[in-house]
Amino acid sequence: MAIMMERVRFAYTDGVSVLEDFSLSLPESGVVCLFGPSGCGKSTLLRLLAGLEQPQSGRIRGLPPRTAAVFQENRLLPWLTALENVALPLEREYPRPQALSLAQEELANVGLADAADQRPGALSGGMQRRVAIARALAYPADLLLLDEPFSGLDEALWSGLARRIAVRNENRLTVLVTHIREEAETMNARILRLEGPPLRRREER
Amino acid sequence: MTRSTITRANKDGKGGGLFRRLAAGAGVLAFWLAVWQVISMLVGQELLVPAPLVVVRAFGRLVGTVEFWAAAGHSLLRVAEGFLCAVAAGSVLALLTTRFRLVNALASPLLHIVRAAPVASFIILALVWIKTNALPSFIAFLMVVPMVWANVEKGIRATDPLLLEMARVYRLGWWKTLLRVRIPSVMPYFMAACTTGLGFAWKSGIAAEVICRPVLSIGKKLQDAKVTLETPDVFAWTITVVVLSLVLEKVLVALARRFGRRYGVAD
Repeated sequence: MAIMMERVRFAYTDGVSVLEDFSLSLPESGVVCLFGPSGCGKSTLLRLLAGLEQPQSGRIRGLPPRTAAVFQENRLLPWLTALENVALPLEREYPRPQALSLAQEELANVGLADAADQRPGALSGGMQRRVAIARALAYPADLLLLDEPFSGLDEALWSGLARRIAVRNENRLTVLVTHIREEAETMNARILRLEGPPLRRREER
Repeated sequence: MTRSTITRANKDGKGGGLFRRLAAGAGVLAFWLAVWQVISMLVGQELLVPAPLVVVRAFGRLVGTVEFWAAAGHSLLRVAEGFLCAVAAGSVLALLTTRFRLVNALASPLLHIVRAAPVASFIILALVWIKTNALPSFIAFLMVVPMVWANVEKGIRATDPLLLEMARVYRLGWWKTLLRVRIPSVMPYFMAACTTGLGFAWKSGIAAEVICRPVLSIGKKLQDAKVTLETPDVFAWTITVVVLSLVLEKVLVALARRFGRRYGVAD
């Protein structure tokens, strides 16, 4: 089922209105890129889709039960190894041995098979980023939210990952927030140009 | 370098490190024993500062008696009882005060009073209320509760909201979020409170024993030795307390490391 945002209004406690009467329809599958300048409200839109914020008026329909996300920050648990971090969300869906095996596979896919037993503190920024990406990809979600997922990665790495994500997620919806056009193009994304605040659409390709 | 060479090198490195640490520890111990010996010689009166060897002899004599073990055992039980109850109560209070503003408003003054009031005041007051045998545990409890309470509360408040959001998005659920995010976030604060609190539990528990004099207790033995001017025995009992406190702390840390790595206990 497609996701429908209908006349959504959202403001943070400081009173600045980020979304004002905002409507948007997202398809069931494929990659949609929210493209716009920093501070226009893209990340807030993503937070609404993730269920981390609730609209103050209007409604969002069709949000799937399972969502995976790569946030702007890696948000890895420093006391767990890379493998345990990736396996953690999977433990709700599968028995632990299977969760660990799937996590190991996903770490190998992002080129971190040898770093499975390392804790995030022992990994470089780019490696931590890839662990966060592996965690999102391993989780059997119907909606994948990516908030500037490739920041800190070199071109060879991010373009490879971007292509892999696009192919693997053909049948589920991926929402990508970025202000780098090449990332959207590499993922063959439908681009929604946005501006604000308050957030509004400019034109659609 | 092959894998076996690396393993061997690591093992050698670890072994060398342990030897160096032991040697350094022995060096520090020798230094302070020498300082003690010099002070004892300068004072020249065993009654005031007995020499290390005299204290070691007194310690050896005490260790050979059943009374020593009975007194040490009972004191250990009292301190451990007070400490464990304080850890449990402090953690629950921290949970309540971070969760409910009203509880926080009501309980905060209590925390400040217990922190600021002298131990002796509590001991004398508690003597009126509580049985002699239970008093040391109660005093140890009272001294450790604010420490655990304040530290755990700080840990709860310092839990990274971004990690909690991650847990929400991935639907970790209440139990897994508690085990994998909340408890590990609090753990460094909790462990700091426990290691410091253990020392305080010993200090305050033995002080209470000295005043209320339960039959089988290190505190009573200390007081008896003082009254009969057996200064080497006072030193020997004090060393007993220090050793017991250190052993208990090491056991606590070792247990936490053995079982708590996945719950935020650092290596």
